[in-house]
Amino acid sequence: MAVADAGRMSSSRDLWYNNPTIRSIVAQIVLVVLVVGTVAWLANNTVTNLHERGIASGFAFLGQRAGFDMVTFLPTNSESTYGFMLLAGLLDTIVVSALAIVIATIFGLIVGIARLSSNWLIRTIATLYVEILRNIPPLLVILFWYLAVIAALPNIRDAIQIGPLSLSNRGFFMPKPIFGDNFIETAIGFVVALAVAWGFRRWARARQMATGKILPVGSISLGIIVVITGIIFVATGDPLTFEMPVKNRFNVSGGWDLPPEFATMFLALGVYTASFIAEIVRSGIMAVSHGQTEAARALGLRNGPVLRLVVMPQALRVIIPPLASEYLNITKNSSLALAVGFADLVAVGNNVLNPTGQSIEVVAIWMAFYLGLSVVISVAMNWFNARIALTER
Amino acid sequence: MKSKLLPLIGGAIALIAMGTAAHAGTLDDVKKKGFLQCGVNTGLPGFGNPDSTGKYTGFDVDYCRAVSAAIFGDPDKVKYTPLDGTERFPALQSGEVDLLVRNTTWTMSRDTTLGFTFAGVNYYDGEGFMVRKSAKIEHVKDLDGATICVQGGTDTVTGLADYFKKNNLKYTPLVIDKLADVNAAYDNGRCDALTTDRSGLAANRLQMKTPDDHVILPEIISQEPLGPVVRNNDVQWFQIVKWVSNALLDAEFLGVTQANVDDQLKSQDSSVQRLLGVGDNDFGKSIGLDAKWAYNIVKGVGNYGDIYEKNLGLKTPMQLARGLNAQWNQGGLQYGIPIL
Repeated sequence: MAVADAGRMSSSRDLWYNNPTIRSIVAQIVLVVLVVGTVAWLANNTVTNLHERGIASGFAFLGQRAGFDMVTFLPTNSESTYGFMLLAGLLDTIVVSALAIVIATIFGLIVGIARLSSNWLIRTIATLYVEILRNIPPLLVILFWYLAVIAALPNIRDAIQIGPLSLSNRGFFMPKPIFGDNFIETAIGFVVALAVAWGFRRWARARQMATGKILPVGSISLGIIVVITGIIFVATGDPLTFEMPVKNRFNVSGGWDLPPEFATMFLALGVYTASFIAEIVRSGIMAVSHGQTEAARALGLRNGPVLRLVVMPQALRVIIPPLASEYLNITKNSSLALAVGFADLVAVGNNVLNPTGQSIEVVAIWMAFYLGLSVVISVAMNWFNARIALTER
Repeated sequence: MKSKLLPLIGGAIALIAMGTAAHAGTLDDVKKKGFLQCGVNTGLPGFGNPDSTGKYTGFDVDYCRAVSAAIFGDPDKVKYTPLDGTERFPALQSGEVDLLVRNTTWTMSRDTTLGFTFAGVNYYDGEGFMVRKSAKIEHVKDLDGATICVQGGTDTVTGLADYFKKNNLKYTPLVIDKLADVNAAYDNGRCDALTTDRSGLAANRLQMKTPDDHVILPEIISQEPLGPVVRNNDVQWFQIVKWVSNALLDAEFLGVTQANVDDQLKSQDSSVQRLLGVGDNDFGKSIGLDAKWAYNIVKGVGNYGDIYEKNLGLKTPMQLARGLNAQWNQGGLQYGIPIL
C-alpha cells in the first residue's frame, strides 16, 4: 500500500510545474523581468520627457563651478565644483550624525538606567525627560534649540568671556592648537603609551584570573598614558602653541569655533534620540532575569559591578538591534539641518539644484548617499551584534 | 525633511513617471479644469502673500489674476500653489502649476536648460543689503568680515559670492532654506546683514520686530529682472502670458485704467480700440482668446501702474518708488510691445 502511494506522489511531482525548484526559478525570472522592465520603462520615459522639454540631464554638472559659498568642514569656496560641494555636504552630515550618535548613546544610557532607579526623584525626572522629548517632532526640538537656546545667547559685542573662551550667538570660540614640527614625537609617544596600557590591562586580567587579586586598572592605565606622553612632550620642547580667537568688527576670527547651527543640530538630535535610546536601554535591562541580579548580589558584588559585569552584557543583546535603528534615524533626521542653515547634504543639494535645475539627479544623489550611510551603519551594528551574541557551546 | 521636500520629490517623480503625451495644450487644459494653477511665493509681502483670511494678494498674484481674466473674463479663477525657492522649478517642469509668477530672476541657464521660457520682465530688481542702523554701516564694502544671512536655493547666493569675490571681501554666509527663518536669524542678531532682491528687502524689513531699526544700503550688486515663467513646450501658452504682460503695460501707456476702462471703450484712439477689442478689432483670436481679453484684464485687475500702486507703491507699506519700473517715457525701463 505504501509503495503504491509513493508511486502516485512521485508521478504527479514529475510534472515540471509541480517541481519546487523549477517553480522558484521561473518565479524569480518573472520577477526580475518585471522589475528590470519597469525601471527601464521609467528611465526611458524620463529621458524622453526631459529631452522633449529641453531640460538638461546627466551628471556632467558635477564637474562645473558651483559659484556659491557655504560654511562646511571641508575647505570649499565659490570656485569648488558642484561635486565637491556635495561631498562636503556629505561629510557634514556624517560629522553631525556621528556626534549626535555619541551624545544620544551616553544620554540614553544614563536616562535609561535612571528610569529604573530606586530614587523617586531621579526616576521621575528621567520619566519626564523621555515622555516629553519622544512626543515632540524632531523639527520642533531642533527649532527650540536654535531659536530658544542658541539665539538667546548674548550678541557678539556682549559675549560671555571666560579667559580665551567666548560664547555668543555667533558660536563658541576657543584657542586653536598649532602643532609644532616636534609634535609628531609626542603623538608617537601617545600611541606607544596606549599600547603599554593595553598590555598592562591584559596582564592584570590574567593575574586576576590566576590569583583573584584585583588591581585599580583604570587609574594605572591613565597614569601610564599621561606620564609617557607628558615626558616626551616636555622633552621635545613644548611643541604646541595656541592661536587665540580675536574679535574684529563683526565676528571673531582665528581660533576654533563651534558654529551655532552645527551645535544646534548635534545637541538637538542627540538629546531627542536619547529619549528613544533610554527606553531601549530600560527594556534591555528589564529583559535580564531578576535572578541574575540576585545571584550577583549573593556573590557580594556592589550595585556598580552588578550592572557593569552581570546585567549590561546580557542586556546588550536586547539593546543592540533596536539601537541600530535609532542610529539610522539620527542620520536621516540630520537632513532637518535645512531649517537652521547647517550645510548638510540636503542643504547643499538644494543650492546645487537651483542653478542646475537637475532635480532628478540631485534627488538620486541624496538617496544614494543616505542609503550608503545607512548600509554602513547597519553593517557595523550587525557586526557588533554578532560579537556580543550569546555563544552557545 | 518629510513635509519640506515632498513637493520637490513629488515633482521629480512626476517628471519620471509622466506620460510623454502630457505636453502642449495648456490653454485647453486650463479651460477644461476651469481654473488657472499659479505658482506663487510662500509669503513675500507686496508680491505674493496670503492675507489674514488666507487669500493670496500681491503684485505677482495680480499677474496670475490678469491671465485668468484674459482667459475666463474673471480674475478670480486662480488656484495658488505656494512654492519656496527650491520647489518652484520642479513644480513648473512637472506641470503641477501652469504658470510661475514668483519673483523669479530671468537668467540664461533658467531660460535654456530648465525647459522654461520667461514671458517678460514684470519687475526690474537688483540684489541689495539690509543692516542694523546701530551698526553704522554705510556701504556694502564696510561688510568685510561680516556674517550674512541669505536664502538658499536662490541666485542671490551666487550674486553674493560673486560680489564679495570681485571686491576681495571676506564674509561668512548663513544659508537658510525658508525666507521666514532667514528673517528670524537676521532679526535675532545671528547675522550682520541680510541680502536678497531689493524689493524683497523692503518686504522683509516690515517683518522685523522694529522695522525702523534697519536700513537698506544704497548699492545694488546685481541685475535681477523678475518675470513670469512658463514651460517652453507650448508656444500658444507662452504667447498668452507674454501678451497679457504687454497688455498691462500698453494699457498704462495708453492711459487705460481700471477706473476709466468703460469710458475708454468709446475712445477714438485706434491704439486703444485695438487694445480693448472695439469694433472689428480681434487680436485675442490670434492667441486663442476672446476679443475682449485685454478689456477683461484691465477691468478685472487694472493696468500695470494700477497693480504696482496697489501692491508696491508709495501709499503701501512697501513704499517702493517706480524707479526702473516706470514706463520708458517716465524714465523707467518698462516698455510694452504694441498691439498692432
